Amino acid sequence: MTMWQIIILASIACLLLKLAGYLVPPSLLERPAPARIADLLTVALLAALIAVRTLGVGEAIVVDARVPAVIVAVALFALRVPFIVVVLVAALVAAGIRAFT
Amino acid sequence: MNASGTIGGADAERLAAREAVRDSMAVGIATAAYGVSFGALAVAAGLDIWQSCFISLVMFSGGSQFALIGVLAAGGVAAGPAAIASAALLGTRNGIYGIRTSPIVGRGWLKRIAAAWITIDESTAVALAQPTPRSRRIGFWATGLAVFIGWNLTTLIGAFVGDALGDTRAYGLDAAAAAAFVGLLWPRLKRLQAVAVAAAAAVVAAALTPVLMPGLPVLVAAVVAVIVGLFNLLGSPVTDAATSVTQAGAAREGSPS
Repeated sequence: MTMWQIIILASIACLLLKLAGYLVPPSLLERPAPARIADLLTVALLAALIAVRTLGVGEAIVVDARVPAVIVAVALFALRVPFIVVVLVAALVAAGIRAFT
Repeated sequence: MNASGTIGGADAERLAAREAVRDSMAVGIATAAYGVSFGALAVAAGLDIWQSCFISLVMFSGGSQFALIGVLAAGGVAAGPAAIASAALLGTRNGIYGIRTSPIVGRGWLKRIAAAWITIDESTAVALAQPTPRSRRIGFWATGLAVFIGWNLTTLIGAFVGDALGDTRAYGLDAAAAAAFVGLLWPRLKRLQAVAVAAAAAVVAAALTPVLMPGLPVLVAAVVAVIVGLFNLLGSPVTDAATSVTQAGAAREGSPS
């Protein structure tokens, strides 16, 4: 697969999922399981991505400057600091640790 | 109905419309600001500037976009299928939102395709928060279009910035990517069930990282959500069909996705 093929396939899949919502009958939402699974899928995937992006390097687990940066990010989100500020601070923490170690 | 009542109703309607537009612009600007981080991280993950922009134009859903480039950053092109699957699974919630926004949008297939394209956390949340049918319609379109325009412009800017930076690790961009996912997840952790799923999924993904090809640990972790969701483990006894909307509202207050 080329990068373009991956990008086009993934983009069209996401677009079709959006369109599907306008095609299915609203009665689907009266059954709670589909909506609940979709919500929890979002949570599970995001949490898994945090773990992999914080600890993973290819197929290895590596603890480095990303870990303190993410801990700082969690604390700032808990304090309701805006998204873009937290992302910048996290980058600065990791960059700072790498510059001085 | 008497004359003054009609005028009062019209005034209330105008006020509601104005507030819907104001909400839309606030959410649009806040969301657009973080398109910069998507553009920069996409380039850091190995995409070129046009590929980054294509994703923001067509996929147009922050969570799916970050997931796609997150898996590609870890596993490269070889992790393509897993990257596509991760993005699509995260995109399923937009389908659920569409079921709710469909009656707001109304008839006309071209209009409905355009509406589906901009059906995301933000447009759904702002629309459903408005008090009248007209202000809900205004809130949906104004938010969707504001985020769409802003997000695509800032993606382009971010991609150029990322391209100019070169060695992104030295700037901590890998940590910024992890922090971005924390920001997307944070507003969704209001209930015990969600917190438990998040913790279990993180443990599963980390434990499988040394064993499986990059991208697959994330997909296997998604099974946790299906099991817990199917049997409603740790859930409230009152089934909550409005969960998606609450989540969308939460996403709107906290961070964009």
